[in-house]
Amino acid sequence: MITAASPGTQTPSPARPRSFWATFQHTMGNALIVTRREVTDSFRDWRIMAPILILTLVFPALSQFGANLMLNFVTQYGAELLGERTIPFLLMIVGFFPISLSLVIALETFVGEKERRSLEPLLSTPLTNLELYIGKTLAAMIPPLLSSYIGMAVYMGSLLFGELAWRPQPMLIVQIILLTTAQALLMVTGAVVVSSQATTTRAANLLASFIIVPMSLLIILESIVMFGAPDAESPNGIFALWVILIGLLIGTALFMRVGTRLFSREELLGRTLDMLNLRWMGRTFWLEFRGRAAPGLPGWYRQEVFPAVRQLGRPMVVVLLCMLAAFVGGWLAGQSPAWRLPAASTNDEVQLTENFRDWFELGSSPTGVMLAIWQNSRVLLAATLLAVISFGVMAVVLAILPFGILGWVFSQFLLLGLNPMLFLAAVVPHSLVEIPAILLATAAGLQLGAVVTRRLPPGKTVSEVWLAAAADAAKVGVGLVLPMLIVAALIEVYLTPSAVQMVLGAG
Amino acid sequence: MAGDGRVMIETQGLTKDFGDFRAVDDVTLNVEAGTVLALLGPNGAGKTTTVRMMTSILKPTAGSARIAGYDVTTQPVEVRQNVGVLTEQHGLYERMRPLEYLDFFARLYHLDAQTRRKRAKALMERFGLADAYGKRLGEFSKGMKQKLALVRAMLHDPPVLLLDEPTSAMDPQSAKLVRDSILELRRDAHTFIVTTHNLNEAQLLADRIAIIRQGRIIAEGTFEELSRRFVGVPTMELRVRVPLNGLVQEISDMVEVIGYGDHWLRYRVEQPEITNPHLLRRLTSLGVDVITLSPLQETLEAIYLRIVAEDEQVEHDNGSIPRYADAIASTSP
Repeated sequence: MITAASPGTQTPSPARPRSFWATFQHTMGNALIVTRREVTDSFRDWRIMAPILILTLVFPALSQFGANLMLNFVTQYGAELLGERTIPFLLMIVGFFPISLSLVIALETFVGEKERRSLEPLLSTPLTNLELYIGKTLAAMIPPLLSSYIGMAVYMGSLLFGELAWRPQPMLIVQIILLTTAQALLMVTGAVVVSSQATTTRAANLLASFIIVPMSLLIILESIVMFGAPDAESPNGIFALWVILIGLLIGTALFMRVGTRLFSREELLGRTLDMLNLRWMGRTFWLEFRGRAAPGLPGWYRQEVFPAVRQLGRPMVVVLLCMLAAFVGGWLAGQSPAWRLPAASTNDEVQLTENFRDWFELGSSPTGVMLAIWQNSRVLLAATLLAVISFGVMAVVLAILPFGILGWVFSQFLLLGLNPMLFLAAVVPHSLVEIPAILLATAAGLQLGAVVTRRLPPGKTVSEVWLAAAADAAKVGVGLVLPMLIVAALIEVYLTPSAVQMVLGAG
Repeated sequence: MAGDGRVMIETQGLTKDFGDFRAVDDVTLNVEAGTVLALLGPNGAGKTTTVRMMTSILKPTAGSARIAGYDVTTQPVEVRQNVGVLTEQHGLYERMRPLEYLDFFARLYHLDAQTRRKRAKALMERFGLADAYGKRLGEFSKGMKQKLALVRAMLHDPPVLLLDEPTSAMDPQSAKLVRDSILELRRDAHTFIVTTHNLNEAQLLADRIAIIRQGRIIAEGTFEELSRRFVGVPTMELRVRVPLNGLVQEISDMVEVIGYGDHWLRYRVEQPEITNPHLLRRLTSLGVDVITLSPLQETLEAIYLRIVAEDEQVEHDNGSIPRYADAIASTSP
């Protein structure tokens, strides 16, 4: 019966682990139950098993055959080196093809279950979000990765013990295996994010191009490194593969963070439509951008723009530190003999003055102001757009590049014995406004790009949170950055040249 | 009624918004151990959303809920440990065999190997699935799938079971088997919320009934309470062996006669448990041979339709716009 009030009675539940190690064991234990089921299910699916078997057994044999042919062919023309480099390249390809399947499995992992209506019973079990996430991520990785390792072993076995009697550099083999594993990790963690946010497998597959295209480009880059590398220890050669590996692991860590932050039962089950509702998006963005401020510009600045800037505290510190690091890095690079300017080309102050005169002529006009505003705005806009697809990283990279160059230029001024005041006069006046504008814009871009790595506020969807962050970035951009860039351009065109002329005159 | 006083399902002002759309609006329910609550309502009324909040799948926008004593917001794992859910779509893993499938779920509830096997087999036998051990789930009929999903929900012997249309795909025999099982478990102090469109079934199973429309509970009580509240005082039918003649006048001081024929009459009575014995004594003293005296039972369907119609009328009179329209206009992507 239903009663008005009598206290609820707790039914005993299994005790939850307390220590870190016990929690880890508990979490992994539960996750592996999911993994075991899904891997077993994958092995029963001929659509997964057929390509895996082909890629594991047939493709390595074909590659080995191809490697032999290639080696014989290029040897006729004395290009043995090319043939030797082809062998590890094909090893990488043999490893990569099966792991590309992990993308398909991972994409299917949540959205496929949702389509088959088997997700809700799973979500109704005591599994935590993290356990589900780990379980499904591992399940998507294990079969393709196993296939990849077996394929590579078959390929290598045939080369090591076949007529070629290939003797590879052990470090290169280790690198290829590690890179293959890291690529699988990156693709799977990315695909799980896509899968948990999409509502249909079709939509997930379309979104997967954001993963497979960069991965293909990465494979091309790795190939170039492997073909061009003089030897495994070369700093500009195969050593670069370590850098790529670290990049892949950082990407994986970011995707895992996004995955665990965005993963929620509510999002998985609550989303039913993948409709692009531009009207809703426009309205939500506008409401966030305009805010609830009193009418009038001062109210908007007070209640919307300045609070948005206050939220940028931490990103601004990060960007500022990166800018300083870039400046110092540029300065240090300038100290290296390989990067120094030849003294003869720059110690001619007459030539230098001529160079500046061209700049003065271009600058001292309204066109110059417009050009300066246009140039700075488009770079910052591009940085913000790139930030969106790179967790904010590209915004920082683009913003700090000029500081690296400035550091290098400054070092050359000092090394060539030029008057440092000339440098300061050319940079400082407009930078007093421009650098804070760049700092604000980059911090806003970083904040916008990284918004997906944070936990969703209760009751908010990813789209709502993202649109709010975009509106905050727009508030800062329109309310502060753009006016500052205008002021900076005016200074750069009308004031900076005078300052430089003064220094040159004094010199 | 089998309630033992312990409240196993307790919601207070439970509310859920999806963007601008309020799917569940201020739902307050208390369900005691050993009872069955039928949650009825039109499609899109908020039944599934309410159940999903009770299983900690959806977070309430406002209000609170405790299931088996655990808070759905702060103790989701404990809540799900103590709840068995039969979802509307059974969603089985079609390449698996039944025991393997049940074993997977039982592991998630941390049952030991022996218990897993024993309970899975016992429940499958109970629901007539003993012959299907060797089949893949993809080969199961719709009814078999539903029964297996029900077995899955009951596998860890949860004190609270939330069942969405538990017999919708079953033949009458299987449906009765399931109903009997629910009633048996109810006797063992299990608590049920059954959402269904099958009102006969609801009437057969439910100790109490809650009707939800546009996210609000618009009526709640036992069948008798709802019947009295929305249909009025009970109607009784009396059948006698001899023609009535002047009998109607003789009893008109005791009951309100609403119709009669040669050998029958119908009357309304406020408290039949008090009035009917008096009436029978008077008839006996008048020498009237009574063949039957029985209540003219309203069906739950009639009561349900009346309640929903009344709510629609109130909404129409108040000039309020149905919230579905708002929802369509503002659905987020």
